[in-house]
Amino acid sequence: MIKTEKLTFNYSGEQPNVLKDIDIEIKNGEFVAVLGHNGSGKSTLAKHFNAILLPVGGTVYANGINTKDESRLYDIRRAIGMVFQNPDNQIVATIVEEDVAFAPENLGVPTAEIRETVDWALDTVGMTEYKQHAPHLLSGGQKQRIAIAGVLAMKPKCIVLDEPTAMLDPIGRKEVMDTLMHLNSKNAMTIVLITHNMDEAVNADRVIIISDGEIVKDAPPHIVFSDVDEIKALGLDVPQVTELMYELRKAGLDVPSGVITIEDAYKALSEVAG
Amino acid sequence: MLKDITLGQHFPGNSVLHRLDAMIKIILSMLYLVLIFLVKGFVGYGLLAIFVFCIILLSTVPIKFVLKGLKPLLIFIIFTAILNLFMTSGTVIWQWSFLKLTYEGIYFAVFMILRIVFLVLGTSLLTYTTSPIALTDGIERFLTPFAKIGAPTHELAMMMSIALRFIPTLLEETDKIMKAQMARGADFESGNLIKRARALIPLLVPLFISAFRRADELAIAMECRCYQGGKNRTRLNVVKVGKIDIIASLVFLLCAAVILTANLAG
Ligand SMILES: Nc1ncnc2c1ncn2[C@@H]1O[C@H](COP(=O)(O)OP(=O)(O)O)[C@@H](O)[C@H]1O
Ligand SMILES: [Mg+2]
Repeated sequence: MIKTEKLTFNYSGEQPNVLKDIDIEIKNGEFVAVLGHNGSGKSTLAKHFNAILLPVGGTVYANGINTKDESRLYDIRRAIGMVFQNPDNQIVATIVEEDVAFAPENLGVPTAEIRETVDWALDTVGMTEYKQHAPHLLSGGQKQRIAIAGVLAMKPKCIVLDEPTAMLDPIGRKEVMDTLMHLNSKNAMTIVLITHNMDEAVNADRVIIISDGEIVKDAPPHIVFSDVDEIKALGLDVPQVTELMYELRKAGLDVPSGVITIEDAYKALSEVAG
Repeated sequence: MLKDITLGQHFPGNSVLHRLDAMIKIILSMLYLVLIFLVKGFVGYGLLAIFVFCIILLSTVPIKFVLKGLKPLLIFIIFTAILNLFMTSGTVIWQWSFLKLTYEGIYFAVFMILRIVFLVLGTSLLTYTTSPIALTDGIERFLTPFAKIGAPTHELAMMMSIALRFIPTLLEETDKIMKAQMARGADFESGNLIKRARALIPLLVPLFISAFRRADELAIAMECRCYQGGKNRTRLNVVKVGKIDIIASLVFLLCAAVILTANLAG
């Protein structure tokens, strides 16, 4: 779905590269979480996936198309949708359904088909009843679901989300995460989720950690989070359960590492307790 | 507190006037302006007054509300009236040094007042009965013919609708910044004009910075959603001029014809 080969990038020529020799391949239907501390280059990387930025060195293929191929720019943009942190700054229209219609309108989709797509997109994110509402009156989580619907309306193959829950309260976070999980499992949508929240990352099939423009980890979450000391050295946290198990192990309890879900923790602790 | 400001002075409702297509309403309003300036004489104005009164009734917008629209223009109206009263030459009725009150002056003053009043009443009904979104859309469609000669009509309409979209967001933000500054001891309400204006600087600077950041992010988000200007763009809601619009236009033209004929005869 997305493939980068020796991708390097910097914003203004001289300075050390923001991205250094990045090689990743994201497969169809995968749910990938991208982690990294502030300024590590996550947003910069994401913007290469739909040709908002073009590599300085190396190549990026989005849906099999080289992002440098200008003639296919809109094929790339509609295949790889992008959702950003602040929902207020990506909603264009004053009515929910008109906002969702923005992308298909831009693509010149016939009116009847736009209607169908918009209804489908709003239904998929569970916002049908709000279609005539003014977006600024909705909650953060609802706004972000509208933003997701707006991207869905392009019928993309993959959605890249850059810290979509960073500005939301716990309820909004859950709404957005549930929507993403649903899209991934029911619609086989490829999801790339950039996040700061480790408890969101455990839902992914695969976790990529990026530090100072380099990939330092790329593995399933239970493997990535098994070395707690290393993760902390990278300036990141681990999920809450993992932290708990880590502390218990340090205190001398015989529990396994790489526990990332509450169920697994419960199982491990029951075994210890006999 | 800032959220309470109503913009565009829309008065929601479901009257015939509310249901009329915005573009038709814009065109009819323009014809109405022409009509006002064609009408002369008491018969014409009398009929025009009846016409405007009927339309206000039809709109279901309370008359008090409509008349309120005249208030900010009161000084302007009085000024124009006085100017007309004393500056028109003709048969002198009363004179005091250089001030001459003429018969023609009174006549012109009265008509000037009537013209302004009719103008404001009629056009404010347009904004009262049309939501800002519909109005923007109406303006875009009204301007479409000019796109053929290269006028940036799509861009204009896009700018208007994005402005409408961001007004509440920025108002909310202003409110937030104001409260944050007040919590740190800023005082927006006392002192003379200069002092108050200076108190606004710590409000405006962060507001502008944030507005630019928003604009930047919005531009990228729009690019991500394949925005490429107005060319080949389709619409979700295609508004068609309906039966009610045609009937309304015909009724308007008929009234205008009656008023103009009476005007000529009278
Ligand atoms: N528009 C820009 N111009 C110049 N430098 C930038 C720009 N955007 C980001 N950077 C720099 O690139 C680096 C990576 O930033 P970013 O990709 O936003 O990181 P992250 O999203 O992981 O926080 C940072 O050092 C940042 O200062
Ligand atoms: Mg970022």
